[in-house]
Amino acid sequence: MQFPILATLVFAPALGAVAISVLSNRRPEWIKLAAILISVFTGGLSIWVLSAFSTADSGFQFVSKHTWIRPWGISWHLGVDGISLFLVVLTGVLFPLVILGIDPHRDHKRYLAWLLLLEAGMMGSFLSLDLFLFFVFFEIVLVPMYFLIGGWGYDDRVYAATKFFLYTMVGSAFMLVGIISTAVLAKTNGAGHITFDLVELADKVSFAASTGRWLFFAIAIGFAVKVPMFPLHTWLPDAHTQAPTGGSIILAGVMLKLGTYGLLRFGVYLFPEAAHYARPLFLTLAVIGIIYGAIAATMQTDLKRLVAYSSVAHLGFIVLGTFAITTQSISGAVMQNINHGVSTGALFLLVGMIYERRHTRQIAELNGIQKAAPIFAAGFMIVMLSSIGVPGLNGFIGEYLVLTGSFLTARWWTVVAAAGVILAALYLLWAYQRVFHGEPDENNRTFPELKLKEAAVLLPFIGIIVFTGVYPKPMLDRIEPSVKALIAHVSDKTGYVEPTVPTPVTGDEVTP
Amino acid sequence: MLDVVWLIPALPLIGFLTIMVFGRRLGEPRAGYFATAMVGAAFFVTVGVFIDLMSKSAEQREHVKRIFTWVPVGSLHIDLAFLADPLSITMCLFVTGIGSLIHLYAVGYMHGDPRFSKFFLYLNLFAFSMLMLVLGENLLVTFLGWEGVGTCSYFLISFWHERESAATAGKKAFITNRVGDWGVMIAMFLAFQAVGTVSYHGINTAAASGALSTSTATAIAVMLFIGACGKSAQLPLYLWLPDAMEGPTPVSALIHAATMVTAGVFLMTRINPVLHAAATWVPTMIAIVGCATALFAATIAVAQNDIKKVLAYSTVSQLGYMFLAVGSGAYVAAIFHMVTHAFFKALLFLGSGSVIHGMHHEQDMRKMGALRKLMPITAFTFIIGWLAIAGVPPFAGFWSKDEILLFAFAKSPVLYVVGLVTALLTAYYMTRQVIMVFYGKARWHDHSAEHGAHGDFTPHESPKTMLLPLVVLAGLSVVGGALQLPFSRDTKFLEKWLEPVVAIGERNITGSWADDNKYILLAVAVVVALAGIAGSILVYGKQKAKAIEPTILAEGWYYDQGVSKFMGGPGRRGFVGLAWFDKHIIDGAVDGVGKLVRGSAGQIRKTQSGFVRQYASAIGVGVVLLLVWFVVIRGIL
Repeated sequence: MQFPILATLVFAPALGAVAISVLSNRRPEWIKLAAILISVFTGGLSIWVLSAFSTADSGFQFVSKHTWIRPWGISWHLGVDGISLFLVVLTGVLFPLVILGIDPHRDHKRYLAWLLLLEAGMMGSFLSLDLFLFFVFFEIVLVPMYFLIGGWGYDDRVYAATKFFLYTMVGSAFMLVGIISTAVLAKTNGAGHITFDLVELADKVSFAASTGRWLFFAIAIGFAVKVPMFPLHTWLPDAHTQAPTGGSIILAGVMLKLGTYGLLRFGVYLFPEAAHYARPLFLTLAVIGIIYGAIAATMQTDLKRLVAYSSVAHLGFIVLGTFAITTQSISGAVMQNINHGVSTGALFLLVGMIYERRHTRQIAELNGIQKAAPIFAAGFMIVMLSSIGVPGLNGFIGEYLVLTGSFLTARWWTVVAAAGVILAALYLLWAYQRVFHGEPDENNRTFPELKLKEAAVLLPFIGIIVFTGVYPKPMLDRIEPSVKALIAHVSDKTGYVEPTVPTPVTGDEVTP
Repeated sequence: MLDVVWLIPALPLIGFLTIMVFGRRLGEPRAGYFATAMVGAAFFVTVGVFIDLMSKSAEQREHVKRIFTWVPVGSLHIDLAFLADPLSITMCLFVTGIGSLIHLYAVGYMHGDPRFSKFFLYLNLFAFSMLMLVLGENLLVTFLGWEGVGTCSYFLISFWHERESAATAGKKAFITNRVGDWGVMIAMFLAFQAVGTVSYHGINTAAASGALSTSTATAIAVMLFIGACGKSAQLPLYLWLPDAMEGPTPVSALIHAATMVTAGVFLMTRINPVLHAAATWVPTMIAIVGCATALFAATIAVAQNDIKKVLAYSTVSQLGYMFLAVGSGAYVAAIFHMVTHAFFKALLFLGSGSVIHGMHHEQDMRKMGALRKLMPITAFTFIIGWLAIAGVPPFAGFWSKDEILLFAFAKSPVLYVVGLVTALLTAYYMTRQVIMVFYGKARWHDHSAEHGAHGDFTPHESPKTMLLPLVVLAGLSVVGGALQLPFSRDTKFLEKWLEPVVAIGERNITGSWADDNKYILLAVAVVVALAGIAGSILVYGKQKAKAIEPTILAEGWYYDQGVSKFMGGPGRRGFVGLAWFDKHIIDGAVDGVGKLVRGSAGQIRKTQSGFVRQYASAIGVGVVLLLVWFVVIRGIL
């Protein structure tokens, strides 16, 4: 039997969380060391998966499948493909950075235990190929995040944590109904027995259009809250702002991706007909999200809230690409999942550093930081340009692919969405000017420069930002086969035909 | 030599990376000389490539160098590739040539600045981006450079960001440019959909062969023109350029006069077959926008008192000429004017920088005067630049401007007349500037107190590093016209050189009235230029007439204020309104649902009092109601 590497990705942090909670509180350095070791181990393993991943195989790889609850067709079914691969890697890489780089200031033991449990839940969600199993992990994730926000957050943390939990739970309730109905109805619609298995459902089962649409909408609403899509987004600014820095990074970096990933995996893949039917709605909401999120971000007075609203706009691009259903747009959406995670994660990291130094996130109380701390400002600038989508950095590639692909099937939506790049420059540059430019006042003059340890945490982010922007090919090579397979699956089930473009004349014939 | 075309942008990139790591250790002035050397080296590589290209026959002067596959997804395949052809190498020659001169100048100009090495860091990054822009084999590589120069422009305009006006100007430049970038992005999407590629070769071949429908060609052309309007500061997006003068003067010379702002003209020339395939109203619109911008900006320049603002509006105006040329199908003339303009406008900006340097950062021309004796070399070179821009033969600007006017006449006499009026105004306001700065009474005495720290204030000539570029550029401004002299086909070197690139789009005006009578038009242009100069001398030199400088012109027809007012007023209110809507309506609904649930739950909870008698009575009432229901409604019994 093959080494169950994916299961290890889930269990290592879960066991780590258990181990930490039984360790004695008297030796905090051991606790920290254990957390670091486990998260680095998991991260290393995820990178091993990346290197062993075959670009020739468009299906699920490293699959492990064991029956769990036979009568209900529930199994422990894990697997990874080009759509989930980089989310797994991002989860693996982000957690050690958060654990190493961010000091929660109190109660390290519980903090680290929750964080590791969160990692286990995230890994499980991205790897599950069984609806039931997925739902279990999807819900597990909420618990540690609730406690992280409520326990280590800022002033309004209880309100934010409760809102986050309840709001997501309402979405999940619909989703649960959808999932169970899907599994049960599968029996009479092609599978022959009740099954929660994603691959089996997608391959064998075809629902009548009306049934499929009901099921799709029930499941999609849970994901739409998670993304979050307009108008279900208002939990996000509160949760982001009140969460501790580590929580915000994880929230923006990987947790929101549960929504966009879910829409792709359990929406488009599982219910192609319904997803295709619902395109106009999702495209419209996505475009509204892009413009609306950007405008709302412009008017924020709290730096962290501003970044949170920028997420609403950025995730709109991902939803746009997902529902435009072309190779370029979905590849771009999958890629943008990662890009947004890296850029926005880094932005939250930097805003966290500002808070550590100044104990405020109010834009009005910050000024002239570039003069006081030029290296810190330079780091912020690079991350910000990535978020704005300047070519040569990662954000541009994803955005460009989403838009160029969406233009083929959703022209006018794309034309409006592209205007979002103007607004992105507006809210970020305006914020940058107010916070970093100018002559620093009394309180900001002594703003400490980026420390070595902080730089060590920030550098991997910047490394990914630059590398992906300059040479995205390795990443795209791994994403594309799975995306193509997905689109072929949609075409199979619905008769949808991806638009083609003419074969271009290359310029090579004139080259000597 | 052609295969090392990648070295041209790579050298400034190496400079950028080196200064990023070792900048502080290199310090002043070594970081500056290092950056200069990198751009200088790129110039020599360009010359090598140029010679190599020259040695080939005209049809073979196109070489694609693929570095790696950049964005490959499905049918979209974009290489990071360079295209070396007459157009891109012409651009590279003057970008690296003038660029290295301005780098050298900046070593002197930025002397003593605490962020000396950072300035050159940005400057080298700019040179890299600009070279990517012009060398790109496809729209996406060009767009990489396009956004790159925009970003560097932002960095450099807000270089002295402690000044709020500088920080605001940088931001404004970036955002206004982004409006144009939106157009470029849409054009790329359209091209991919219609042609399956964003490479220039693919797009232009499709346009030339008729594979590109007129409507698509029109859409692509219009969208790219929107981008060009942003980058090249045309109406209605020119707003950012005058403000960009907040940047250090070498930046104004390099980015906001010689190179970056011409990118739009370059792009239009690059896709000239698409413009040719587009509906006929597209070139006409471009010509009208160019012409209108030229006149509009020239009228504003007449009333400016800031030495750099005059030059800024003049740049907008001259760029308008270039678009007039593009719209008239005179691509060679557009590039010709771009090159000569780069010479004399860089010269004028650097000259103004030398004046500002010598005047201890005074930019108001009303506080200058009689500087020619104290700054002889600056004054001498500035005067050459003035003659070149005013259109006095045989200086460079005369020839290029005349060629544009020739094509404009062939397109429409109205365009020609407007162009001529602009030429008159150009000669007028430039003469005004020269008189106010270098002649007349020395007015800086009265203001010496303002320059307090220096004690006795006397303007001084600038150091050699600053003067050398001035002298070289002055030389080029004198002889630059030789690139393209209108006398016969043999004297039109630039036309022959660019022919393979513009063959499809270039308009043939042979046999038109304008071409047959070109010497008459030439004479008219000379008379107009001299009239402008004479008029200005009468007003500002001899003071025979009162200066006409109404506030409306000084304020730029209130266009900028109007836009700012709209943005700050209704625009901002709209944004605030949306934020309010989000907080109170959307989130209010969420909190409202929460409150409703809690409120109603609170009411219902009251029934759970724990008193058995209450529960018993409720049960009793329930039993009675049930009985009533059975008996009365269901009719049981």
